[in-house]
Amino acid sequence: MSNPVQPNEADWYEASARERIDGLLDPKSFVEFLGPEQRAVSPHLAQFDLTGAFDDGIVVGRGRLDGQEVFVAAQEGRFLGGAFGEVHGAKLVGILRAARDGANNDGPRAVLLLLDTGGVRLQEANAGELAISEIVDAVVKVRSAGIPILALVGGRAGAFGGGGIITACCSRIVVSEHARVSVSGPEVIEINKGVEEFDSRDRALVWRVCGARTRYLTGGADRYVKGSIRDFREAALALIRNAPSFDLVTLVAEQQRLMERLQRFGDCRDAPDIWRKMGLPEPERIAELDDDAFLAIRTKGADHDAR
Amino acid sequence: MTLDEVLAALFPAGHEVVRGPSGTLHGTGTVEGQGKITVVGIVGGTPLGVDGAILLSGHVLSVVKADQHEPIVVLIDTASQNMARRDELMGLNEYLAHLAKSLALAAANGHRTVSVLYGHAAAGALIATALSAQSLVALPGAEPSVMDLPSISRVTKLPLDQLKELSKSTPIFAPGIEPLFATGAVTEFWGRDQPFANRLAALLREPPLTSDQRDRTGLTRRGRLLARKIADQVAEEARAHA
Repeated sequence: MSNPVQPNEADWYEASARERIDGLLDPKSFVEFLGPEQRAVSPHLAQFDLTGAFDDGIVVGRGRLDGQEVFVAAQEGRFLGGAFGEVHGAKLVGILRAARDGANNDGPRAVLLLLDTGGVRLQEANAGELAISEIVDAVVKVRSAGIPILALVGGRAGAFGGGGIITACCSRIVVSEHARVSVSGPEVIEINKGVEEFDSRDRALVWRVCGARTRYLTGGADRYVKGSIRDFREAALALIRNAPSFDLVTLVAEQQRLMERLQRFGDCRDAPDIWRKMGLPEPERIAELDDDAFLAIRTKGADHDAR
Repeated sequence: MTLDEVLAALFPAGHEVVRGPSGTLHGTGTVEGQGKITVVGIVGGTPLGVDGAILLSGHVLSVVKADQHEPIVVLIDTASQNMARRDELMGLNEYLAHLAKSLALAAANGHRTVSVLYGHAAAGALIATALSAQSLVALPGAEPSVMDLPSISRVTKLPLDQLKELSKSTPIFAPGIEPLFATGAVTEFWGRDQPFANRLAALLREPPLTSDQRDRTGLTRRGRLLARKIADQVAEEARAHA
């Protein structure tokens, strides 16, 4: 008799938001807040002839990670590209505020953000944009209260626009090969600046500019994992133990880190130019390595201790 | 309004502001009841890229380091974030997030933060500048947006005329001061006939908000009816399951 595939052996990229949560947390520990039975649907989509979803594309709740209480929010990249609308964004704001309010008593040990988003949902652009700003504010306050927030990115939609900004506000960032983390999407740059600036159909280029390997090697992500849900779980467990505090020391170190990146690599046009300056072997081939070979790369350029 | 007009109207008692690279500026301005306060900004319609963002966060962090707790005014006439392959390759998301975090840290350390928008600000640049201060003041000429209507039309596949018609009945997606005021993003709008210096002094006298009330403001102004209720419901359930 063959064993069924365990939920956490599944591929993060292929999984839905709910499957990711189920595989990430301890079995049967997840309790959802404002679940689909409460039908918190976006009221703004009908005027664009779009059908809403009962969870508005995000699942929030609490559960356990190796016995520790955590709050979790997972975007569903397959619903309108995981984009931030009014309800979607407010669910994330709500759980972050609850995490902060619970600090020092019965609050969570950590908050896990499973980002999978193209950014603001343009059909409700103002509400989505404001939600992102409210989430940034709430993330900072949760971190200031001593609760680490991890961004886990490896879904179809990536973490674009405000999603990229929120990612970089988190205490630690975990990515898998599929992840793209960026502000302007390649299509948006191509439409505004021309195909010479950014050919969005050149997938290899897109990943060299926005992809997980570039983020990891330059310091934009703390962990690069192979793609299973279990890999993300193990990284999350390791990272909540040594998350940086949110204070002047951390931000001054980040200022230094980001300034040095521009000084060292600011004139680079493409990722291999950066790898060459870092002294990595075969800079043109970094993208072709399998995950094991990629993870074997050790570089000083990827060192960073602040976020 | 031009930058000089804005500076003169905000700081009639004097200001010393230096223009830096990438459209940035920094310096001080004198405000009644406050003395010299810090002024930083991104102006001239310059898109906010990695180079401008790191300069601004650097100015903000040096002010926090100096530990004088004076207010910080952020003057804004930018565009969207700089849309360029090189900025994304450098990790623009980190630079914009770092600027937003630096302003949040300043506020947490007792600096009253006020952004003053007198020109454009869009998308990621709007988040990292105008929306990252405790208060956002819009002056005449302010043009905040998430995305312009032609781009929204392209993405949503709705004809531009239909979008324009729709935007008359809802502030939820259209660009401009009025819809963003209604949704709670803009704290105050000062008309041309207002004494800006007095308004700024009055705003800085108010005790700073300790929590983000923009969703409540959006509800009061009837521009964002659900956000506060949903956030409260989720937080309530989280407490109930504790």
